[in-house]
Amino acid sequence: MKARELSVREELLKGLWRENPVLVQVLGMCPSLAVTNTAPNALAMGVATFFVLVGSSFLVSSLRKVIPKPVRISTYIVIIATFVTIADLVLQAFVPGIHKELGAFISLIVVNCVILGRQEAFASRHGIRLAVADAVGMGAGFTFALFLLGATREILGNGTLFGVSLFGPNFEPWVVMILPPGGFLMLGAILLVFGAWKARAAARAKAAAVEPLRKAAA
Amino acid sequence: MSTGSSVIVPGPTREPGSLKLVATLVVAGVLSGAGLVATYDATLPIVQANQARALREAVFLVVPGSTKLEPFAWQGDRLVAAAEPGTNASGAPPAEVFAARDDAGTLLGYAIPAEGAGFQDTIRLLVGYEPAGRRIVGVKVLESRETPGLGDKIAKDAQFAANFEALAIDPEVVLVKRGEKTAPNQVDAITGATISSRAVVKVLDAVARTWASRLESAS
Repeated sequence: MKARELSVREELLKGLWRENPVLVQVLGMCPSLAVTNTAPNALAMGVATFFVLVGSSFLVSSLRKVIPKPVRISTYIVIIATFVTIADLVLQAFVPGIHKELGAFISLIVVNCVILGRQEAFASRHGIRLAVADAVGMGAGFTFALFLLGATREILGNGTLFGVSLFGPNFEPWVVMILPPGGFLMLGAILLVFGAWKARAAARAKAAAVEPLRKAAA
Repeated sequence: MSTGSSVIVPGPTREPGSLKLVATLVVAGVLSGAGLVATYDATLPIVQANQARALREAVFLVVPGSTKLEPFAWQGDRLVAAAEPGTNASGAPPAEVFAARDDAGTLLGYAIPAEGAGFQDTIRLLVGYEPAGRRIVGVKVLESRETPGLGDKIAKDAQFAANFEALAIDPEVVLVKRGEKTAPNQVDAITGATISSRAVVKVLDAVARTWASRLESAS
């Protein structure tokens, strides 16, 4: 039995698209819905999560042979919580406005299942290089999905992007989009588009695979 | 079995003793604590400077023309000097009110932090009060979680803010429907945000009732 060779590039890319934590795995829904009412908030949450994920994956992977199995989850939580608190303090010091907007949701990164999931499923079983690649991919994919939600919600619900007015004063903002229900509506719409896209790609791949067989048969 | 790849191949497992488990968690906790203390120490001065700057800016905004502030607390029946914002000087009481002065040192008014229940959560305001004219001269919303697009207009609506440029506190601060303001003690409500508007007015009236007499006796 030979273990499948994993390439850094592959691990990096899967989180961005094929196994995107929000759009495909549908994990980490709490921050995805709660703080994506504007593009800057979504981006800040994405970047903070990215930092925590990469830092934790690096540490967990480097310590994977030291941490005894029965206490691994507790140790991961200590590591994750440390990075989250660091992120919290740094955001508070350098971007106090965004820190205030995100409020408790920064501390709640601790319980983001994307992060603990990657530690248990990947970082604790692979070398540092692969673990960091995986974390960078997943973190970037998470940030991308949050930004997509935040930008569309801000544009529709407030008529602005990064606070810059897009449509002039006569635009009547679709306020529900920046309220909590708007998060569900927009996430549903994005998952729908994403799912349809994937289904079409799969159908096309299948057709392409069947075509030579049919030709051979004919 | 290949051990060349980075995948861990489970070997014969032996249960680690509980001493090792405890030791692992203790080490993890201690290292984590050390990292957090270092980060906290590094960011604390920046955080405090930010808060102090935000407060100064808010005070200078609600008392127009002011450039200096002086923190006070109310003890017994008089104002006493309080701790400078952004410092943790021991001994001095926490600031409850800020005297706002211009460059020449003339007292222009006081900035008073206050809070009250809003539609969803506590609304925190900074109220600029001018004892000489017995009127409110400015209000800034420091913190609120009112409904975006409706209640949060208490912080964004320019027309609503204009109510507080010169708002008499006698006989009391009252809320009226938008466009029906006729007396200097009336506040035009925001259409669609009556509860949030009412919450702001209630806080203002409470500030006026508490502080007007205190500040009069002090100055």
